[in-house]
Amino acid sequence: MSDVILEATSLVKHFGGSDSWFGKTPKVQAVDGVSLRVRRGETFAIVGESGCGKSTLARLLMRLLEPTSGAVMFEGKEVSSVSGDALKTLRRDMQFIFQDPFSSLNPRMSVGKLVGEPLEVHAPDMSAQHRRDKVAELLRKVGLRPEHAGRYPHEFSGGQRQRIGIARALASGPKLIIGDEPVSALDVSVQAQVINLMGDLSRDLGLTLVIIAHDLGVIRHMSDRVAVMYLGRIVEMGRTEEVFANPRHPYTQALLASIPSMDGSDAARRPVVLGEMPSPSNPPSGCRFHTRCPHAQGRCKEESPTLGSYEDGVACHFWETLAIDTPLPIPSPRSDATQARFALYRAATEGGTVTHKKPQPETATKQHREDHL
Amino acid sequence: MITKAHSSEYPADTLLSVENLTLRFRGQSNDVVDDVSLRVRRGEVLCVVGESGCGKSVTAMALMGLLPVGSTRISSGLLKIEGESLCLVDTVVPATLRGNRIAMIFQEPMTSLNPSFTIGNQIAEAVLQHRGGSKAAARERSLEMLARVGIASPEKRLSEYPHQLSGGMRQRVMIAMALANDPQILIADEPTTALDVTIQAQILNLIRDLRDETGMGTIMITHDLGVVAEIADTVAVMYGGQVVEQGPAADIFADPQHPYTIGLMSSMPRLDRPGERLSIVPGTVPTVAAMPKGCRFRTRCAFANEICGTRPSLCDVTPLHSVACHHAPLEAHIEVAV
Repeated sequence: MSDVILEATSLVKHFGGSDSWFGKTPKVQAVDGVSLRVRRGETFAIVGESGCGKSTLARLLMRLLEPTSGAVMFEGKEVSSVSGDALKTLRRDMQFIFQDPFSSLNPRMSVGKLVGEPLEVHAPDMSAQHRRDKVAELLRKVGLRPEHAGRYPHEFSGGQRQRIGIARALASGPKLIIGDEPVSALDVSVQAQVINLMGDLSRDLGLTLVIIAHDLGVIRHMSDRVAVMYLGRIVEMGRTEEVFANPRHPYTQALLASIPSMDGSDAARRPVVLGEMPSPSNPPSGCRFHTRCPHAQGRCKEESPTLGSYEDGVACHFWETLAIDTPLPIPSPRSDATQARFALYRAATEGGTVTHKKPQPETATKQHREDHL
Repeated sequence: MITKAHSSEYPADTLLSVENLTLRFRGQSNDVVDDVSLRVRRGEVLCVVGESGCGKSVTAMALMGLLPVGSTRISSGLLKIEGESLCLVDTVVPATLRGNRIAMIFQEPMTSLNPSFTIGNQIAEAVLQHRGGSKAAARERSLEMLARVGIASPEKRLSEYPHQLSGGMRQRVMIAMALANDPQILIADEPTTALDVTIQAQILNLIRDLRDETGMGTIMITHDLGVVAEIADTVAVMYGGQVVEQGPAADIFADPQHPYTIGLMSSMPRLDRPGERLSIVPGTVPTVAAMPKGCRFRTRCAFANEICGTRPSLCDVTPLHSVACHHAPLEAHIEVAV
């Protein structure tokens, strides 16, 4: 079996463009010629701003949408042509995690029913008792308790609901999970819990993950390879490490420069990309980024640069001549005392035994504040 | 109700301060905001940071007088603006303050603009309401404000409706509207959360520029520590309706003291340490009714012991930096065996 689990070739998805009572609807070029390859066991990230077509791409990969043209191959089988039992197998092998854990779970179904539903579909022969055991096991796997099976989604917090969504995705025993912004609706502390969970699961179960996200910190943390999308096209693709250390496309550079740095010392003004993304119903000619690109030249308006690869590349005419002046914001080193504090915190939250030293007399620096202001 | 303050230790460049704000909603047995004191000086950005459910937005709404009067009980709180003070207990914040001297922008610019009026109409309304004058003058002012927040072809935008603008543009319109009456204080409640990173960077730059130009004080409410690092001069970390740590931004980042602050910082994926397992803050923020007595963070804190049953008061780490934790600094009070 080949090392490639999922491959897309020249995927195109256009919405609208048809005649209706109200006249011709505008044709939105949501995805316009995307080719990529995802290898087995890796975490592949797709990043871009809202409206760049990344969610449409995710839905095309799973065949939740039919492409206008192009093909998706999953384990060597054409996704867009299968039907019947083969489609059912495909649905078992590829699962989806949605962004909003509040609207993606049916409020009238108990958690046990929600997680058990994929089992009913994909393993109809399973006995009810066996199914209950399996649901309990899945809930434990995602950090919930088996007794949660009797409760309803509204009784859970956002992070817990996302865990339910993950358990539901895992139920059919998939090989590939596509997550559309799986953590962006969550608070940062809860987000960290879910990121850790997904990392553990992909490692333990040998899952391939495709993560759609707009948070570059999350992508840097989770993914092995990354594709940067802009207005329906991939502008740069490569190993996450290399893309972050050495962004080649001006758009990637601008994205990285926009990340607020965690360095609290200095808020130096870094270059900001001008303007906003044009509408995908009327994209610019040539290189679609040329209207916002600081390095655009005449050729960029005429000729559309290509990525030229399924795995690694940059779609820019001039990337070799562009100077890279966007070093990553590296946080300033912490003092020894602060480092010790972070190490204590990590050790304590990871199950270390906490002992409190003997209370010491109040030191001079630690006085009770009488006047708050 | 507005009286001149006569306290002498009141720093001259303080624009706004709120002291000991405590409030609860009717029918609840716990305070939603508990003894919160904040201060903003001229040209300063104060970031209030914490997870959802920590009372950040309720604090901001109380300052603006936007909480429903019938169902809110403010039991203490003194608001001071440029030396004038207003007791917030059982008062309605007067319209001479709200929208005029204190202005607010919200997270979701789509839902905070009225979809059935034009942009120009909505900005002009704010101007007419507080300054009066002719409609032509208000329109002039709207134009000027749109240009100032960096909207291209403001003439054309004036007659457009909110749905015709992108999210970033709408947030710019909100800022234009908020600043139309030259407020001294801008309260921004998660102004960039709904925006993309490149647009977020533009909006943060805009707020910084306007602050430099006008010397306004800004209270920014956010859960994103990246944004805090980018724009804050001072930081107040809130948990469960209480300020657990506050001080200059540089100190908070270099020398965080409270376990919650440390937990939040550890939860952020770091660009320089990919793949490393993130430290977490276990569990979630309890509901107001389930808030524990004493230190409210103790149910999620790895270091909590019996002392934490009593509420820690804010203690100075340095004269400007204070923390409310019995065990701070951790390394002096705690040992962890792995």
